[in-house]
Amino acid sequence: MTDQAYNFAYLDEQTKRMIRRAILKGLAIPGYQVPFASREMPMPYGWGTGGVQVSAAVLCPDDCFKVIDQGADDTTNAVSIRSFFERTAGIKTTTSTKAATVIQTRHRVPEMPLSEGQILVYQVPIPEPLRFLEPRESETRKMHSLEEYGLMHVKLYEDIARHGHIATSYAYPVKVEGRYVMDPSPIPKFDNPKLSDSAAIQLFGAGREQRIYALPPYSRVVSLDFEDHPFEASKADHSCGLCAAEDSYLDEVIVDDVGGRMFVCSDTDFCEARRAAGHKGKDAA
Amino acid sequence: MIDTPLLSVRGVSRHYGAHIGCSDVSFDLYPGEVMGIVGESGSGKSTLLNCMSGHLAPDAGEVVFDTRADGPRDTVTMSEPERRMLSRTEWAFVHQHARDGLRMGVSAGGNVGERLMAVGARNYGDIRDKATDWLGRVEISESRIDDRPGTFSGGMQQRLQIARNLVTGPRLVFMDEPTGGLDVSVQARLLDLVRGLVRDMGLSAIIVTHDLAVVRLLADRLMVMKSGHVVEQGLTDRVLDDPQHGYTQLLVSSVLQV
Ligand SMILES: Nc1ncnc2c1ncn2[C@@H]1O[C@H](COP(=O)(O)OP(=O)(O)O)[C@@H](O)[C@H]1O
Ligand SMILES: [Mg+2]
Repeated sequence: MTDQAYNFAYLDEQTKRMIRRAILKGLAIPGYQVPFASREMPMPYGWGTGGVQVSAAVLCPDDCFKVIDQGADDTTNAVSIRSFFERTAGIKTTTSTKAATVIQTRHRVPEMPLSEGQILVYQVPIPEPLRFLEPRESETRKMHSLEEYGLMHVKLYEDIARHGHIATSYAYPVKVEGRYVMDPSPIPKFDNPKLSDSAAIQLFGAGREQRIYALPPYSRVVSLDFEDHPFEASKADHSCGLCAAEDSYLDEVIVDDVGGRMFVCSDTDFCEARRAAGHKGKDAA
Repeated sequence: MIDTPLLSVRGVSRHYGAHIGCSDVSFDLYPGEVMGIVGESGSGKSTLLNCMSGHLAPDAGEVVFDTRADGPRDTVTMSEPERRMLSRTEWAFVHQHARDGLRMGVSAGGNVGERLMAVGARNYGDIRDKATDWLGRVEISESRIDDRPGTFSGGMQQRLQIARNLVTGPRLVFMDEPTGGLDVSVQARLLDLVRGLVRDMGLSAIIVTHDLAVVRLLADRLMVMKSGHVVEQGLTDRVLDDPQHGYTQLLVSSVLQV
């Protein structure tokens, strides 16, 4: 049952309207960071308060909600956000990517391609991709408005100079629809290609920084690179120990106290669905 | 005769509230010329330089620059994106304090490469080759290419700033007290280097300094400023050897502590 002390999905209607306006503006200008008046949420920053506010603004009573944290539905963070909306909105929740209409995520994009009608909400800690080299907000705003993005390549140049290759492996910068450079949130760069041409609506919420940005369905999203150091969506060169998937992002997990380890899908729903369909990895019991 | 000035400054003024920064300054700078601006501290040299280089908006006047693409254009009234593009391509600005002109968190190679990347260079190998070449031209060892400027001496930082500015082949260099704060021997080396680059690249330059030795060495022409006004201008040798204005006479006889 919905907790009657709260409005549907916790935030009052006026706040939700304000957030929806920011979302609509973000969808109209893909990749552009729209300021919004972030509200105090009953959880600390770093727990996805930006994503939670965006979810609250888009959820409807008949939505089915999924939350993933690093690909998993069962971390403390994911469980607490899911139960927050069960309590304040009384909505159905799920761990199935396919069944979900709204998915809030931290650090991953589901392996299964999303479909039209689905919304993916990213939790964003630092929305400004240029901040690393230019801390002045007045200057980064100007750089975006004038499309002065040379600095983004300086960051990649520094990577190659130091490591011999582009070592940035998450929060890897992208250019949206040939215009705005955007931080895709700290997802592994393996996930970057999934942002492009996705059928789903993708929304990004940064609570502490008070920014929302968005990708409408089928946006063109290109990862920045050099001609002689092209972008690569890399992952661990293994297959999943449980479901044998070759093409999913893997976590390395320690399995015993004598240094035994295995690689398993980070997307737990994807892995379980494959195992249910009979796929079996070399470490599966 | 050269006909079109590279830079034509007309009636440029800038006030800070009721206080004069610089007032009604006019002059022409022709391609390949080096203009020195001298005057005691507070005389308006930096204000004028910043008005010409687009860092500061003048209250009045025109700054007409002969652009490669469209010929003479008033940079005061052009759009900010256009002005910023000029400042990355056709202009260079060397700050007195290297840390104002360098990215201290970025390697020497990245500092030099930034302007290349800003104008669209997307080949790492090419960018690195150009950075290496430019470090060599300003006498910084190739082995320092991946070091950050914080590990460099003051003179090296200044040379790095110059390399970072010249890599995109600008035509006009603005310098604000480029040797200020450096040891005398380091100053001499830097001036030699700047003189060589100006000559080899056919650069035009405007150099602000309070050091007459600097203008003696580098400047073809000289402008003397006092309290925001230009009190005298002419060929450097003429102004220094046969000063007309009383203030210039004081300056040259080093009665004034500038
Ligand atoms: N930002 C500012 N605000 C107010 N007054 C300023 C500012 N900058 C410079 N001035 C004043 O304008 C005059 C010219 O300064 P400046 O152009 O810096 O001279 P210079 O470079 O010759 O030392 C000085 O009297 C200075 O105090
Ligand atoms: Mg000054």
